[in-house]
Amino acid sequence: MSLESLYQEIILDHYKNPHYKELHAPYDVEVHHNNPSCGDEVTLRLSVEKGIVASISWNGVGCSISQASTSIMCDLVNGSSKVQGLELERLFLELMQSKGNFSGDVEVLEDAVAFSGVAKYPARVKCALLGWMAFRDAALREN
Amino acid sequence: MPALDVDLLRADFPILSRIVRNGHKLIYLDNGATAQKPYSVVDAERDFYLNHNAAAHRGAHLLAEEATDAFEGARRTVASFLTAQVDEIIFTKSATESLNAVAYGFLNSSIGAQDTKSPFYVNSSMNIVVSELEHHANLLPWQQLAQRTGATLRWFPVDHQGRMNLQDINVIIDEKTAVVALTHQSNVTGAITDVERISKRVREVGSIFVLDACQSVPHFGVDVSALDIDFLTFSGHKALGPTGVGVLWGRYELLEQMPPMLTGGSMIESTTIDSAKFAAPPKRFEAGVPNMAQVVGLSAAIEYLNNVGMFAIEEHEQQLTARALEGLTAIPGLTIVGPTDLKERGGVLSFTVDGIHPHDMGQVLDDKGIAVRTGHHCAWPLMQSMKVQATTRASFYLYNTAHEIDELIAGIIDAKRFFKV
Repeated sequence: MSLESLYQEIILDHYKNPHYKELHAPYDVEVHHNNPSCGDEVTLRLSVEKGIVASISWNGVGCSISQASTSIMCDLVNGSSKVQGLELERLFLELMQSKGNFSGDVEVLEDAVAFSGVAKYPARVKCALLGWMAFRDAALREN
Repeated sequence: MPALDVDLLRADFPILSRIVRNGHKLIYLDNGATAQKPYSVVDAERDFYLNHNAAAHRGAHLLAEEATDAFEGARRTVASFLTAQVDEIIFTKSATESLNAVAYGFLNSSIGAQDTKSPFYVNSSMNIVVSELEHHANLLPWQQLAQRTGATLRWFPVDHQGRMNLQDINVIIDEKTAVVALTHQSNVTGAITDVERISKRVREVGSIFVLDACQSVPHFGVDVSALDIDFLTFSGHKALGPTGVGVLWGRYELLEQMPPMLTGGSMIESTTIDSAKFAAPPKRFEAGVPNMAQVVGLSAAIEYLNNVGMFAIEEHEQQLTARALEGLTAIPGLTIVGPTDLKERGGVLSFTVDGIHPHDMGQVLDDKGIAVRTGHHCAWPLMQSMKVQATTRASFYLYNTAHEIDELIAGIIDAKRFFKV
């Protein structure tokens, strides 16, 4: 496993220029998640209209994996239905728990499959999941 | 005094020959978290289990006698290592437990059947002093004690170089200070605490001084008879010993007045169904069948350290730290989180690099077989105060080499190239 396959170019790009990384107002739900073992944190805001993610925004500090993953997650769920967003979260979680044994469905997870290499490093899985878990939490709170 | 022969002693630590990621030989620079074990430590534990195992202090048979001798022999080894009296050494399961034992000594003197004359009595008119540099293990027990008794928690702030700022010492420590609990050497910044200055003030006001020596005792000679302190703790596993064993040293006249945190078997002098008379220290604080094999392993670890010599170890680590400081400070964008003056610090080096999160730095170094720690190092208030989210930490020990320091420096430069910063 090379560093290059862990840190794919797309991850480094999103790390340097993260999407939706400015807290947006107004919003329906705000959640704050942190990773107590490393101190990384994310604040995420979500608005849902008629079952569709109408706006998502976030701010936070963390490693390239957590920042890029949150950025790509926002790209994927923004404008999709909340149900579809939660389904993506389930699939991404499955990919992260695969221990690197499969590479993920690019048709569904799109850019998020770039994190398949992370699944080989158990210590980094929680980094990739930080933003997704925040989205899931926010989506479930919103009703 | 001859310099230590690192190549020779590395042969005692088989793990140091391990090949890790991508065919790289392990470079273990996470000694602040836990140290590796020489054969003699593992052999001592194994020999105890295979040949002498029985419950110490119990039973009328030969093995029980041997187990007791091994356990009490270890107590003598630790006592002489710290220049303490034998009955002042208490074996716990960890330094965390040791610190909790003292904090609960205070709590148990202050609730229920209070003993207002006890040196361990604390109430809401009093205060408890810690610092922003504390590891959570030496913060939470005191923070919780303050909450439960209504006492005020006070703390020494950290300065920009990660040192304890003692400027307001006479205000922070006053006549109403029940206890002062501080780290001897920060596990993040490596700053060494001015124990002498603090103990002078602690004595002036008649308080109790607890020293968290987890990062000092394994690395340089610590003599409790020379330090004017009241309690000290360290953990076995950071000192080449096994996990599951810690040491608590306390002044005997204080231990005699301290109630136990844990009660149960073998810590009593006598008991009836509804009352008990506790045993004298140290047994009062060692309820239950003790962690004999681990204590025996710790004793072997201390013998190992003694054979190498604590002075030689200190000198070796200072040389490594000097080399690392020189190399790291030359890297553009790298900031040392801690003192840069060698005289004020030990071999724990935290740093940040602009544009590279510590996790990513740790990942690149791991790719080269270099094991470092990243994150907040269980010292969140310190990180908050120094306004850093996380750091990368390299921490050295007797078996590390100048070559390994050079590899660390080269690895950081590679990481900068990889992340294009």
